[in-house]
Amino acid sequence: MADLRNNFVGIKSPNPFWLASAPPTDKAYNVERAFKAGWGGVVWKTLGSEGPPVVNVNGPRYGAIWGADRRLLGLNNIELITDRPLQVNLQEMKQVKMNWPDRALIASIMVPCVEEEWKAILPLVEETGADGIELNFGCPHGMSERGMGAAVGQVPEYIEMVVRWCKQYTRMPVITKLTPNITDIRKPARAAKAGGTDAVSLINTINSIVSVDLDSFAPSPTVDGKGTHGGYCGPAVKPIALNMVAEIARDPETYGLPISGIGGVTTWRDAAEFLALGAGNVQVCTAAMTYGFKIVQEMISGLSDWMDEKGHRTLDDITGRAVPNVTDWQYLNLNYVAKAHIDQDACIKCGRCHIACEDTSHQAITHLVNGVRHFEVKEEECVGCNLCVNVCPVENCITMVPLAAGALDQRTGRTVDPTYANWTTHPNNPVAQRQAAE
Amino acid sequence: MGRLAPGITSGRLSAADYDANFSDLHPPLDKHEALVASDRCYFCHDAPCMTACPTSIDIPLFIRQISTSNPLGAARTIFDQNILGGMCARVCPTETLCEQACVRNTAEERPVEIGRLQRYATDTAMERGVQFYKRAASTGKKVAVVGAGPAGLAAAHRLAMHGHDVVIFEAREKSGGLNEYGIATYKSTGDFAQDEVNYILSIGGIEVRHGQKLGRDFTLAHLEGQYDAIFLGIGLAGVNGLGVEGEDLAGVEDAVEFIAGLRQARDKASVAVGRSVVVLGGGMTAIDAAVQAKLLGAEEVTIAYRRGKENMNASEFEQDLAASKGVTIRHWLQPKRVLGEGGKATAIELEYTALTANGLAGTGETVTIRADQVLKAIGQTFRVEGLGALEMKGGRIAIDAEGRTSHPKVWAGGDCVKLGEDLTVTSVAQGRDAAESINRALAGAARSAA
Ligand SMILES: Cc1cc2nc3c(=O)[nH]c(=O)nc-3n(C[C@H](O)[C@H](O)[C@H](O)COP(=O)(O)OP(=O)(O)OC[C@H]3O[C@@H](n4cnc5c(N)ncnc54)[C@H](O)[C@@H]3O)c2cc1C
Ligand SMILES: Cc1cc2nc3c(=O)[nH]c(=O)nc-3n(C[C@H](O)[C@H](O)[C@H](O)COP(=O)(O)O)c2cc1C
Ligand code: SF4
Repeated sequence: MADLRNNFVGIKSPNPFWLASAPPTDKAYNVERAFKAGWGGVVWKTLGSEGPPVVNVNGPRYGAIWGADRRLLGLNNIELITDRPLQVNLQEMKQVKMNWPDRALIASIMVPCVEEEWKAILPLVEETGADGIELNFGCPHGMSERGMGAAVGQVPEYIEMVVRWCKQYTRMPVITKLTPNITDIRKPARAAKAGGTDAVSLINTINSIVSVDLDSFAPSPTVDGKGTHGGYCGPAVKPIALNMVAEIARDPETYGLPISGIGGVTTWRDAAEFLALGAGNVQVCTAAMTYGFKIVQEMISGLSDWMDEKGHRTLDDITGRAVPNVTDWQYLNLNYVAKAHIDQDACIKCGRCHIACEDTSHQAITHLVNGVRHFEVKEEECVGCNLCVNVCPVENCITMVPLAAGALDQRTGRTVDPTYANWTTHPNNPVAQRQAAE
Repeated sequence: MGRLAPGITSGRLSAADYDANFSDLHPPLDKHEALVASDRCYFCHDAPCMTACPTSIDIPLFIRQISTSNPLGAARTIFDQNILGGMCARVCPTETLCEQACVRNTAEERPVEIGRLQRYATDTAMERGVQFYKRAASTGKKVAVVGAGPAGLAAAHRLAMHGHDVVIFEAREKSGGLNEYGIATYKSTGDFAQDEVNYILSIGGIEVRHGQKLGRDFTLAHLEGQYDAIFLGIGLAGVNGLGVEGEDLAGVEDAVEFIAGLRQARDKASVAVGRSVVVLGGGMTAIDAAVQAKLLGAEEVTIAYRRGKENMNASEFEQDLAASKGVTIRHWLQPKRVLGEGGKATAIELEYTALTANGLAGTGETVTIRADQVLKAIGQTFRVEGLGALEMKGGRIAIDAEGRTSHPKVWAGGDCVKLGEDLTVTSVAQGRDAAESINRALAGAARSAA
């Protein structure tokens, strides 16, 4: 049996599946249920300063997009941080941590960018017995209008400053949660590292309008005729999150900085992908909000079974394994040639590969052969782009088959060169030519 | 008297049983079900389902329109090709047409529910009374359509759309043809056939004259003088006889007549049915008659067909339906004579058959089955007077690919011609195409006259 125990910057949990700071972790009732269901840890719903709590809208706060059969693909929200008094949250956190000593309990915090504010709240949190803190520099709506959340996360100098205060005023490990609403995710990660953070977690939600009500002409969710941009999350954001995690994992300046991967994790497979790209564990919000806490059972058994099958014993065997294989476009091997291949036994003859290639790509798939409906790749036209694979409704019906070195590429009329050669040395690259001439 | 009363009698069941038995075979999809079902369509390129549909409805497009909550757009896509799309959605043997061609059969042996989705879209438009077509400016041309069945209605609608003035001559008291008098009750429930006729006619420019029978009340020659073009959609008026002893006994009936009576009865409890019914034939009519006899409360219903299962015209689905309703299907049996008592049928003697070098032949061995009602469903024939010298082919009116007959002013389509299967949808396609051909001819005539 694979060992799923997780040690993230010294915080121990029985598995790498944490619930992200969000409604599922808003109060003891939910968190107790989550731990009973098997979650390894929770990041408590973000705490604010002492005093009157924030208020939420009293109308709808979520919007969504759906795929086939109304499967939820993307969720958007305009919720703020916890709207319950700080003391209530702190008492509940303390009680829950006492009840579940083996689980990770992290406090998410967002207070104004003033040293005194951070200095004031940190001891209160520490007193609960929480295992660590997460700095919410990500919330993209509402709080950011008040100079917090993403408004801090978008200014690396502020990040560094706040992280430094936290490292100064608490002994608890500090996880800095980053906003994706920024052009280059490496900048805030580097700033957090410079401030002394123990880890980063990402992504928080993405600025978004999920839909417009075409009767009222207002964005949804609509509150009394008006809408605002909200934070986008769920399966749809996973690709963006994976890339951002990988960017930080392979940046020489932040290489080795522990990462808690967040964004669209819905199955064990998603989690494994985050781990492979450098995450030490993952956090989940939307999947739990869609299906309830029980999904963690699938995640645990799926990850464990896959690890057993592949012979990975611990999470360390996986974390970061794909990082060396993430590179820049310019270093991709241009001598590698692959062609699409259609398994005729699996083909159901829907013709989507043909029309996609015919209308929008390289006219490389037949439609009729000798007057009969038949879909086959014309190797002399196929550029190996993979579009047909992606539009085919049957898994593994179309596959990309690499040409062996020395084989003839019927499209170019050239034999496949066994050597690796990339754009940096390509004759069509003006920069490469200039360098060669010098 | 109840369920087991001997002879042919009505009221075998309770009111609740009749209601249940004659409700929709495939109930309509609600919006949620339609969305789920439409999600399964792959939006195939050059979709095989579309090729398989005799009216070539753009199926992937209309299903996509349903999936984007645009059922009216979907209905328009359907009606553009098939103005009887509502009836076809109910009666088409989709298992041998569009749904058989669906690539999902290859993928997971379960096609997209094209028929039910088509019904969802067309029902939506018809229930809301949305009309998609307006008449073009009047051409001043007059076209006579004989027969108000699917072929005639499809032709009339298309002709009216092109601005021609249409008069339909219909022998019966109601329009709709077999939609009204023949289709199984559980396929087209309520008064859908008449609702559809009204929906089609509301385009305007179509006058229907009921009780007008070609060959009795007028001839083709009469019409020729008064109309610029004529379309014949008169179906198959005749029924094949058995030609065996006892055929004239009370209780021996045409299956088509039996079904027509049932279709016209407001209260199914008033329809008489035998306790033991034998249906002769192997097509859709035989299945429909047998199933409905069973649903009316007959204790035992047997279909006797003179060839094997694989030769039956009724689809596998229809045969299974009959079996599931408790109908027994027996093969390789042909009628020898009907036995009776006091002028009423009591049993039928059937002879076993086999394929010989000279084709199908009786073996001499017989079996006798109890039967107080014998329904003949051994084929309909084309029978009509007053056609003059119109050229025939295979016992029906000869036409070319666009529906032109040997007479330059006369077109024909539907069951009365020998082209394609005898189906509602085929008749619609032929009526529509003939109307287009007529329109081209009339436009050409107008041009050369100018
Ligand atoms: C019992 C039964 C069940 C069937 N079930 C199905 C089914 O489930 N699905 C399917 O697709 N098909 C089915 N069919 C076949 C389908 O009903 C026919 O193919 C279709 O109705 C033919 O259309 P039509 O317009 O050519 O003829 P018809 O529907 O027969 O209409 C002909 C019209 O012309 C009129 N007419 C006839 N002679 C004259 C005349 N001399 N003068 C004036 N008017 C005349 C008739 O009264 C009738 O209104 C079934 C047929 C039968 C008999
Ligand atoms: C309704 C809602 C409220 C959220 N509130 C917070 C919050 O208070 N603090 C925080 O750090 N992140 C918050 N998030 C962001 C999530 O923690 C998480 O980063 C994001 O949803 C991406 O993960 P997912 O794709 O698994 O949902 C919230 C998300 C949602 C949907
Ligand atoms: S064949 Fe089936 S799946 Fe393909 S477009 Fe037609 S209905 Fe859809």
